[in-house]
Amino acid sequence: MSEPARVALLVTCLVDLFRPSVGFAAVKLLEQAGCTVEVPRAQTCCGQPAYNSGDRADARAIARQIIAAFAGYDYVVAPSGSCAGMVKLHYPELFADEPTTLAKAQELASRTHELVSFLVDVRGLDRVTAQWPRRATYHDGCSGLRELGVKQQPRALLASVDGLTLTELPGAEVCCGFGGTFCIKYPEISDKMVTDKAADIAATGADAVLAGDLGCLLNIAGKLSRRGSNVEVRHIAEVLADMTADVPPIGRPAAGAPSTRHSRESGNPGTRDFAASPGPPLSRG
Amino acid sequence: MSAARDDILGGIRRALWRGSLPPDKTAELTGRIAAHRRNLVPARAAALDPAARADLFVAMAEEVQTSVARVASDADIPAEVARYLAAENLPAELVVAPDPGLDAIPWELRPLLQIHRGRAEAQDAVSLTPCLAGIAETGTLMLASGAGTPTTLNFLPDTHIVVLHAGQIVASYEDGWDLLRARASPTPAPPPRAGEGGSPQSGDRVGALPRTVNLITGPSRTGDIEQRIQLGAHGPRRLHIVLVDDAPPAKG
Amino acid sequence: MQPTSHSFPANARAGLADPVLQTALGLARTGFPQRRQEAIARLPEFEELRDEGRAIKDHVLAYLDFYLERYEQNVTASGGRVHWARNAEEARAAILDICRAANATIVTKGKSMVAEEIALNDHLEANGITPVETDLGEYIIQLRHEPPSHIIAPAIHLMKEQVADAFRAAHTELDPARTLTDPRALCDEARTVLRPRFLAADVGITGANFLVAETGSSIIVTNEGNGDLTQILPRVHIVITGIEKIVPTLEDAATLLRLLARSATGQEFSSYTTLSTGPRRAGDLDGPEEYHVVLLDNGRSALLGGEFQDMLRCLRCAACLNHCPVYAAVGGHAYGWVYPGPMGAVLTPALVGVHEAGHLPNASTFCGRCESVCPVKIPLPKIMRHWREREFAQRLSPPVYRTGLRLWAWVARQPPLYHALAGIASRVLGWAGLYRGRFRSLPLAQGWTAVRDLPAPQGRSFHSLWAEQQRRIGKSPRAQS
Repeated sequence: MSEPARVALLVTCLVDLFRPSVGFAAVKLLEQAGCTVEVPRAQTCCGQPAYNSGDRADARAIARQIIAAFAGYDYVVAPSGSCAGMVKLHYPELFADEPTTLAKAQELASRTHELVSFLVDVRGLDRVTAQWPRRATYHDGCSGLRELGVKQQPRALLASVDGLTLTELPGAEVCCGFGGTFCIKYPEISDKMVTDKAADIAATGADAVLAGDLGCLLNIAGKLSRRGSNVEVRHIAEVLADMTADVPPIGRPAAGAPSTRHSRESGNPGTRDFAASPGPPLSRG
Repeated sequence: MSAARDDILGGIRRALWRGSLPPDKTAELTGRIAAHRRNLVPARAAALDPAARADLFVAMAEEVQTSVARVASDADIPAEVARYLAAENLPAELVVAPDPGLDAIPWELRPLLQIHRGRAEAQDAVSLTPCLAGIAETGTLMLASGAGTPTTLNFLPDTHIVVLHAGQIVASYEDGWDLLRARASPTPAPPPRAGEGGSPQSGDRVGALPRTVNLITGPSRTGDIEQRIQLGAHGPRRLHIVLVDDAPPAKG
Repeated sequence: MQPTSHSFPANARAGLADPVLQTALGLARTGFPQRRQEAIARLPEFEELRDEGRAIKDHVLAYLDFYLERYEQNVTASGGRVHWARNAEEARAAILDICRAANATIVTKGKSMVAEEIALNDHLEANGITPVETDLGEYIIQLRHEPPSHIIAPAIHLMKEQVADAFRAAHTELDPARTLTDPRALCDEARTVLRPRFLAADVGITGANFLVAETGSSIIVTNEGNGDLTQILPRVHIVITGIEKIVPTLEDAATLLRLLARSATGQEFSSYTTLSTGPRRAGDLDGPEEYHVVLLDNGRSALLGGEFQDMLRCLRCAACLNHCPVYAAVGGHAYGWVYPGPMGAVLTPALVGVHEAGHLPNASTFCGRCESVCPVKIPLPKIMRHWREREFAQRLSPPVYRTGLRLWAWVARQPPLYHALAGIASRVLGWAGLYRGRFRSLPLAQGWTAVRDLPAPQGRSFHSLWAEQQRRIGKSPRAQS
């Protein structure tokens, strides 16, 4: 599957605001899989917050913007199960009564993928070159799992990471309690859910937990940090792209105080420049 | 309450954006009911020969705490019942269904067993009944109410013993429904007058089901307290099957 | 019962803070899913059966008027009587009339959620008739004067000590020195106490899992045997049920029965699946002399033909409750009415109104686990979203959310403005959080930071870094707009 492909990255609003390194890791992986990657600038968000709040009008307006921005690419890839699921499953539903836009939404849906399942199922990737000596566990984000069937693909690629042992998380498929606006509207229930998730993670004895959605990860990292846990939280893309030395885990400061190694150019004091050019392409086995 | 009936049916039609169904449609739906076509029937029991089917029935029944004793003929039933009651430390008395199919059981072989025939009363501790079929797919007994098979025998006593002949073991629930349909009443009674509730004669339509069909899969149980299963909630806490391994298959 | 769904947030907080409830829920949370999983692993055809079950239900709903009329014909032909009730009041009145005509003083009841929906027990008691719940879980909560918290395991929120307390308080005729420490003793005591009630009852009332149009039969699926004793011992058997329970034939019932027990409790089949057709026949030695079916609409027909219709496929198996992390966190009482969990979140607004029950479809992360286990593939999150759309259109959400959302959505439709703001926000928050990498508290984010840290942004937005990188390697960002 080494035909070149022109991929447009759906950055997602959380990656854009909170953790660009995930976006750069995604780009690196996509380029290593033989894709050229572009980032349409006219994207902001996939529209889930409006859609799930019952605001169809705003959801449709945002969706039209995405449909237009991502026209013409071979594939659209998002480092997020929920955002990819929004475009792939819910955009057609949003335009069920508008045949022209519906056709465009369906066409876009057919080209849209979550990152890891794209690498494995479409690009045929079966291993990565990365090392990360850890005992890690994996949380299955709900949208990726149930809307897009993302289950085996992350585990398959993680199995090829040097030094990494993967322990299955009991209740891996149980929701972490983020749910977008849910964690704001029903904070106590969300807290119970993420507390249970944190306890399940702790019970595995793992050093680290991974997932494919930044919403889940911010939620889980925030809870583990509040509990004083040492468990590292990362997006799977950073591990697969061998960028774990470039950025600290989610919710941790850089190694060393910020008074050391200030680099205003890269914008993030104390980290390597993860926005530097990508490494050499991987061969696909 | 015909105003309520009309309103409800009218509301259904309005919600579905139509009026009453046209005659060809009602004929089609009537035909669908009359054909009572089988949907997907799991392969589990269907592909088995009678011996394997009987083994499956026993295995599934025992999984749900039904005890099964296999005997060679009806003549062995009294001995098995006596053995079972002694083993369970139960008094040697039981109420037996007045069904003619049980008339030939030689109870005199076990004269210490006190037998009476009839329905169950509150004080009856053990009952013995026939059944219509054993359904192999889940180890389920099918019992039908009738003049000889009062339903109280299945629920009031603490211990329920069922006589099942190997030829009665079928694969699926659908096979059981076919047996029920075949038990048509020979003479139809006149239909009830409109507005009459429950005249006892009005149930004897050709092809009508009996008043009660019980599908019984193991003894009574509950998990209502802390999810822990307890047997004998309100119905029998013991279900014992005497499986008579006679060769000829059951009719119907 | 009067709904308290409008107080869902407070109810939920109470549930979360209740240590006994949390222990009880902990027992159920893993047990049910595991047993279901084991059962369906043994039936290779399970997925196909789900599709067939959905198709059967959809077919019936499209022709519900025909099937109800056919069902009524066959009930009548077998000597029973059908009563049509548009609403709870008519259903209660019909049942009371039947009980009065039978000179009933004691009525035994099998478990029926529809009976809860119409608040039948209160009505009977107000009219001098004593209803006795006989399902063990229903009996326990009747003693405690509380509603069920689960549609198949009504007392799931209780531990055995609370059951023992309720029995001691109610069964004053028994020896106070008796031990009631284990579920076996409790079960035996309930059996002993309730047996005379079964025998004394004048009328027995059950629900129905299915109504078979072909034969005019009602089907109940139970494990205890109480539903059977309720209907065969008294002179009168009343079935109270919703109009959507109809299936065309016995074969259709078999398909749905194969789905039901496995989805509900992980059993291959329930201990007792009983078909009841009319009153006793000539020559029968037992059985009721009268058989009545009260068909309740109460808002169900209004769900046909629209975006809520799929909810009428519900078999009331409770698989969705058993797999829902929200239900597992707060318990059934939080939902404030008869139907909790995901199916309750969809059905309650339909039956009591979205003004009363609007919280319920909002208290979901749309994780989708409910839909994935529904035996008839009801798209529960989708229907919850439709309720949210209704609420948004009617401006029922708190103004601060609505305004905030619309403002955010407007900004999201102006990419240059959005990117500029995101760039600023990531810099400000990144700088503010750079020492620790996270925020312990943050103005405007207390809902989050009250219980968890907020990881700090990395200090630049992706889009600004990407644009910079593209410039650095010689690609103009404008080429990609």
